[in-house]
Amino acid sequence: MIEATAISHRYRADRWIFRDVSLQLEPGEVLAVLGPNARGKTTMIKCLAGLLTPTSGTVRHTGTVGYVPQSHSAAVNYPVLEMVLMGRARHVGVFSTPTRTDRDLAADALGRVGLDHLAERPFTRLSGGERQMVLIARALASGCGTLVLDEPASALDLRNQGRVLAVLDSLASEGMSIVMTTHHPDHALRVAGRTMLVVDPDDIRVGDTTALLTGDTLSELYGLPISTLDVAIGGRDERVVVPDFGVGTTAGAR
Amino acid sequence: MSSLAESTAVEPSPPVATTPRQRLRTWLTLPAIALVVLLIAVFALATGRYGVPPVEVARLLIGQVLPIEQTWYPQEASAVLDVRMPRVLLALLVGGGLALGGAVLQGVFRNPLVSPEVIGVSAGASFGGVLALVLSLGSAALVGGAFLTGLVALVLVLAIARLASGSPLLMVVLGGVVVSAFFSALVSLLSFVADPYETLPAVTFWLLGSLATASYGKVLVAAVPIGLGVVIALALRWRLNILSLGEEDAAALGVPPRLTRNVLLVAVALIAAGAVAVSGVVGWVGLVVPHICRLIVGSDHRVLLPASLLVGAGYLLLIDTLSRSLTSSELPLGILTAIIGAPFFILLLSRFRKQVGLGD
Repeated sequence: MIEATAISHRYRADRWIFRDVSLQLEPGEVLAVLGPNARGKTTMIKCLAGLLTPTSGTVRHTGTVGYVPQSHSAAVNYPVLEMVLMGRARHVGVFSTPTRTDRDLAADALGRVGLDHLAERPFTRLSGGERQMVLIARALASGCGTLVLDEPASALDLRNQGRVLAVLDSLASEGMSIVMTTHHPDHALRVAGRTMLVVDPDDIRVGDTTALLTGDTLSELYGLPISTLDVAIGGRDERVVVPDFGVGTTAGAR
Repeated sequence: MSSLAESTAVEPSPPVATTPRQRLRTWLTLPAIALVVLLIAVFALATGRYGVPPVEVARLLIGQVLPIEQTWYPQEASAVLDVRMPRVLLALLVGGGLALGGAVLQGVFRNPLVSPEVIGVSAGASFGGVLALVLSLGSAALVGGAFLTGLVALVLVLAIARLASGSPLLMVVLGGVVVSAFFSALVSLLSFVADPYETLPAVTFWLLGSLATASYGKVLVAAVPIGLGVVIALALRWRLNILSLGEEDAAALGVPPRLTRNVLLVAVALIAAGAVAVSGVVGWVGLVVPHICRLIVGSDHRVLLPASLLVGAGYLLLIDTLSRSLTSSELPLGILTAIIGAPFFILLLSRFRKQVGLGD
């Protein structure tokens, strides 16, 4: 659970990243954070995760928070299970190394994302989607009750986007509170009950995802015409987002 | 971002432990390396102008702790224990310390090209040593001076890193380069004003690196800082794995990146200052040995650090033994480590090609 009360943050005295944001996230709730590039989405979730102390306001958690940074290519290569094991760092003494119990918990975490069979594979030999799952497992290994993820599905192909979203969905159904930034409004519509829109530092909107993500709001947020369609996908009524990129009439598109 | 991820995903497999069996092999490697180092030590103790058969050396060493029949001459005992032993111990300490220090820094900076010389401590320490030589203050001042200025250099580097904004890792390296250049210039200035007949040869010879003046006193002086640095680094070996993932990941996993990094830097500074104080500037060991070890045992610092310690100790001892027995007048250590190290390193690069690096 996360409870943020009137948090504001700035890196430089003359420029606020966001001001006066309050938010309460219950167990099992998923919050998507949406906004154009360089509007401070990452700063926002780092504050919510407790990795950054906001300039003013308070953030409280019950239980620990697992943070999943934006996917990266590791400079040093470790086997997958070793990578997940590092999630146990909070529970391993400063001058100690992990025990068998830590190893078992890491293996459990890897099982929760469905990658047990890759335990001994070198991390850098995984696909982007698998890497993202391993990083999620690493956060889970800490025994966290809240998961904060920075663009967990943005750099992946469609199938892997689906796999990551499915894992997040099932974690939420087990009672995990989840905050994730994303560039895809569709991801928010699929998995997030609530959404935060970072429009500008003084205009941060939090609300029910379907109520908030209308064509008009999204057009305003991203600065291009966006419409939405209500369609039936897999027997469910879903809303999908259709941006008008303003191209498609040239020879290249035909 | 995605293209970067894809391009690294198709890189050939680096030598990391992947199955339990391979992991067992990795752990068995350490005792095997330790055995080789021990053999090199016996060989080194046996070699010299007064030759002692290696078997007698082994018996003599065992005889120090177990009551066995004395088959060696007192002169042999004196040559081995009084003359050669301090030098052998010093080579083991300095070589092991510098190699481990190099492995630590390569992990901290996530860069395969850094070595203890990069963070400025070696240059700082050499200034203190040269100052003591130029002022003819004696060997105690040489050791103490090298140690003190080495630590001053580290404090300066960390201060520069704090002062400037930007990537802290980059700033530490940049600070190291600047501080190194500054102290190197001071060393040149001292060499310039030094008495060319009396002091300058001593300065030059000391700067080239040498263990020729080894004594049990120097072993003690080196053992305290090097031992302390090695113990700190080994204790943090798993944290170093986490730190090598990058600052953001370390912070996300609850490992304070700056604090951990600075503690490790201080540990390496202790090692480098202790090494320079007793042996001058011995290059290459800290750069090459960790790479050799990474090819043998992989990138996991829990194994890589002890492996570097052992291989570095054996490597420097071997080179020092060669340097004092190849020619009648002894060759400076710094020359041999580079002359042997550089071609060996190129050979390794060509054999393993893309596998050299940090394992990516």
